[in-house]
Amino acid sequence: MDQDPWLLKTGLARMLKGGVIMDVVTPDQAKIAEDAGACAVMALERVPADIRADGGVARMSDPGLIEKIMESVSIPVMAKIRIGHIVEAKILEAIGTDYIDESEVLTPADENNHVWKHEYKIPFVCGARNLGEALRRISEGAAMIRTKGEAGTGNIVEAVRHMRSIQSEIRIVVGLPEDELPSYAKSISAPLELIKDVHKLGGLPVVNFAAGGVGTPADAALMMHLGAEGVFVGSGIFKSDDPAPRAAAIVKSVTHYNDPAIIAEVSKGLGDAMSGIDIKTLNPEDLLATRGC
Amino acid sequence: MSIDSIVPKARIGILALQGDFQEHAALLSKMGCATVNEVRLPKDLDYIDGLIIPGGESTTMSKLIENYDFRSSLIQFHGENKPIWGTCAGTIIIAKEAEGLDPWKPLDLIDISVQRNGYGRQLDSFQANLTIDKLKPQTPFAGIFIRAPKILSIGEKVETLSILGNNEPVAVKQKNVVATTFHPELTGDFRFHQLFLELVSDNLSAQVKET
Repeated sequence: MDQDPWLLKTGLARMLKGGVIMDVVTPDQAKIAEDAGACAVMALERVPADIRADGGVARMSDPGLIEKIMESVSIPVMAKIRIGHIVEAKILEAIGTDYIDESEVLTPADENNHVWKHEYKIPFVCGARNLGEALRRISEGAAMIRTKGEAGTGNIVEAVRHMRSIQSEIRIVVGLPEDELPSYAKSISAPLELIKDVHKLGGLPVVNFAAGGVGTPADAALMMHLGAEGVFVGSGIFKSDDPAPRAAAIVKSVTHYNDPAIIAEVSKGLGDAMSGIDIKTLNPEDLLATRGC
Repeated sequence: MSIDSIVPKARIGILALQGDFQEHAALLSKMGCATVNEVRLPKDLDYIDGLIIPGGESTTMSKLIENYDFRSSLIQFHGENKPIWGTCAGTIIIAKEAEGLDPWKPLDLIDISVQRNGYGRQLDSFQANLTIDKLKPQTPFAGIFIRAPKILSIGEKVETLSILGNNEPVAVKQKNVVATTFHPELTGDFRFHQLFLELVSDNLSAQVKET
């Protein structure tokens, strides 16, 4: 029968909803994440906080490391490629990674073009700061969206800004009369067909997670309140004092984001969160979110 | 097809610990189901007549089920003969045995043994046309299998509703418990949900007769 790859690609993201995807750099960390209840892990060589600290060019991780992480856990394994790096994408597809994150956290390989993601059997997730960016990525074939936030800072402020922008622009599109959709689509550089989808569905046609700066259970629950359908935690877990309990607490806090008593309970005694960076102290060239718009 | 007669009084809950519970809820609401509740804590089970355990990550759900006495509450819900339907990860949760979730013990609500990710990783996810005799109208049903579990064996009392290939059960039923390894909530085709609503509704009528 006819296969609908789009349904399989967006469908996997739907299975991740209400869950937490954790950055891990070793098979041991992947096991800790799985045991804590992560719904997937992001396999990489360095978490964003270290990429930020080390400087230089950040590339796709060693495929051998990604394979080791894939062997160590039973949950889906994602991995990052540089924006526009077609061959890194082919490599991850060849080793059978479950999801590819075409990520601004790595140094972009192409400053003008993203990967044409429709051609791949493996689904892609991409970052976005607003509705226009999200719909441009979806038109290129992204089967899942996440906010960009500002990765590796432990500071939630940018993720909040991006999620609020996306949700508020969705509300605008839903409220517009049909004949004003083309001009709005043009104003945010989004494809009209996808704007029509948003208008009809009342939301994005794919799953939308929060990412970039989540450090605490309360941060994760905050993003769920703002409309995230799940949460990525990058440096926030394994750069904290005591990763395992923090990871488990963030998982619970995403499920019970509407229940402050539970969030309070799971937030107790977790030790120090990652130290974090005030975004205002960063130079414009150090911001990752402005890469690949 | 008329579902008006069975929809109004059946209150359906969807286990909302993790996974695609909203997809189930959206489809049920579209069908006209008036009461569709998200079940996040055991007390939420008190207000529903049938429960769907959705797709998602079975490891995540298995961890969250061990909190707040959920395990015993779900077993009690089943003990009260209330219908339960597991889709994909939900099937793993309610199975008798689940390979690949050790040392966690599934809830043992239906006599089947399953293997997690039995068909492979995401690259092996697939779609297949299924024949399901009980559906009305009786035309092929699009089965969406995403990192799906495989049913390795079924007990004597388990009825097979649909098979893949020669002899692989993908939809099974034992009394009031239904399990599917695919995702009827993803295609917009609500015939399988209708089947479950009928089960819940029949069960409600049977309870009324008893009392």
